[in-house]
Amino acid sequence: MSDLALKILSLEKKYASGVKALDGIDLEVKKGDFFALLGPNGAGKSSTIGIISSLVTKTSGSVKIFDIDIDEDFNEAKRKLGVVAQEINFSPFEKVEDIVITQAGYYGISASQAKPKTETTLKRLGLWEKRSEQARNLSGGLKRRLMIAKALIHDPELLILDEPTAGVDIELRRGMWDFISEINNQGTTIILTTHYLEEAEQLCKNIAIIDKGKIVENTSMKELLSKLDVQSFVLDLNQPLKNLPSITGYAMTLSDPSTLVVAIEKDKSINEFFAELSKMGISVKSMRNESNRLEELFMEIVKSND
Amino acid sequence: MTRNKEILNSLITLTVREVRRFLRIWVQTLVPPAVTMSLYFVIFGSLIGPRIGEMNGLDYIQFMIPGLVMLSVITSSYANVVSSFFGVKFQRSIEELMISPMPNIVILTGFIIGGVARGVMVGIIVFLVSLFFYPDFTIVDPLLTISVLILTAILFSLMGFLNAIYADTFDDISVVPTFVLTPLIYLGGVFYSITILPEFWQKVSLANPMLYVVNTFRQGMLGVSDISVSFSLIMQVFFIILFGAFALYLLKKGTGIRQ
Repeated sequence: MSDLALKILSLEKKYASGVKALDGIDLEVKKGDFFALLGPNGAGKSSTIGIISSLVTKTSGSVKIFDIDIDEDFNEAKRKLGVVAQEINFSPFEKVEDIVITQAGYYGISASQAKPKTETTLKRLGLWEKRSEQARNLSGGLKRRLMIAKALIHDPELLILDEPTAGVDIELRRGMWDFISEINNQGTTIILTTHYLEEAEQLCKNIAIIDKGKIVENTSMKELLSKLDVQSFVLDLNQPLKNLPSITGYAMTLSDPSTLVVAIEKDKSINEFFAELSKMGISVKSMRNESNRLEELFMEIVKSND
Repeated sequence: MTRNKEILNSLITLTVREVRRFLRIWVQTLVPPAVTMSLYFVIFGSLIGPRIGEMNGLDYIQFMIPGLVMLSVITSSYANVVSSFFGVKFQRSIEELMISPMPNIVILTGFIIGGVARGVMVGIIVFLVSLFFYPDFTIVDPLLTISVLILTAILFSLMGFLNAIYADTFDDISVVPTFVLTPLIYLGGVFYSITILPEFWQKVSLANPMLYVVNTFRQGMLGVSDISVSFSLIMQVFFIILFGAFALYLLKKGTGIRQ
């Protein structure tokens, strides 16, 4: 038994239209990982996830889920897999509780066995009060949570989340991530695709970036972020400035008299910069990243692949 | 839990879901055949029937009952599976089935049982309605009647399933029932015995598969038939195996459901 939850080798997908979505990708995800699979639209993320979850047939290559080759025993591999699809995929006319219990039944769990777990999961996701409502009456965010409840009902060892927070408000999104992190801490391997790169940066330990059907980056999040040469910080000042200060080696701009933006290179010291500011009598009230660090790298990597 | 027990649980789940679906919309699924067939019994049975006289030595309304029950069973079982399976494709809830470890044969069987359940339920409803118009009706051969009822419901559920696999739009699921099934059923001996047709049209009628289904059922209910019952039963079983195997092949291949 290897320590891999997922192993993909030379995976190719060519659609009937002639579009080559995957051009021989290799990917490994370790057991217990929280893994980000990122890429621009049409890069091949959904094709990859579709093949793993049997919604898309591969053209060639191999996929193993916990060492089980999907060509040899896909049904056994699927028992270990939970998928939160990008699009809502439950019947809108069924009741919330019935949807989850039915999903458990598809995995061979009887309704009587599924009921206690359904109750726990729906309560944890804030859906218990809505259990008797038809799914079509739920808000967008609650529908997303129902998708997660469904995917978890058979205790999968590998959970794939394909843009699960698209269109969900910040508060709900954070609640969902707390829940998912908790599941990951309990040992479930998680693969996440998202357009909110800040989330991937905060949650994921390892990352692969896919572009034009190829893996263009595959490393740990820490390693990837260390490649960032320059980081921009936004400083909120205690007193407004009339003129832009000048400190050698640090490029600065004033976005307004009380907000200073500084680009600090990787080999430069932040302490030194603050010391220089103090000498000038400039005091800082608060500081934040100008933009998401992963987003900068992502754009760089994708551009260099053009 | 053993794998077999899990598979059985999956089948029960899918079957319950399918039955619950058509029961939830009973006004659309169970009531219309009862209303339509009541009209047939009133108009063709009670009003026009006495003027027609006897058909194969039976009262016309009595002759018509098995045909109308079969007409309802065929259309209901076909409609149930074609609309339900196309519905799960359209709503994308087919992904729930595909992602799960359910074997294809369980998926197919679950949908077919759903179609058979609705077909048989509608058949019983129409038969009960017919008793209001012809209370003295007695079934001659209950075993043959039940066998044909179930075989027919299975056969047309399978045909509905195949239609749904290939369907991309709502038009695709109405073309076959409207332009193929309905004309074949109406010309398949529901309202008349083919012995009243000229010889040429009798021979043409023998090419209509509905003739065999309707007449075998009439043999079971009334003990009269225009064709060989054993041949008809063998053909029904043959086509069930053929269509079942083809449906499983298409599910494995992913036709219409997998990119």
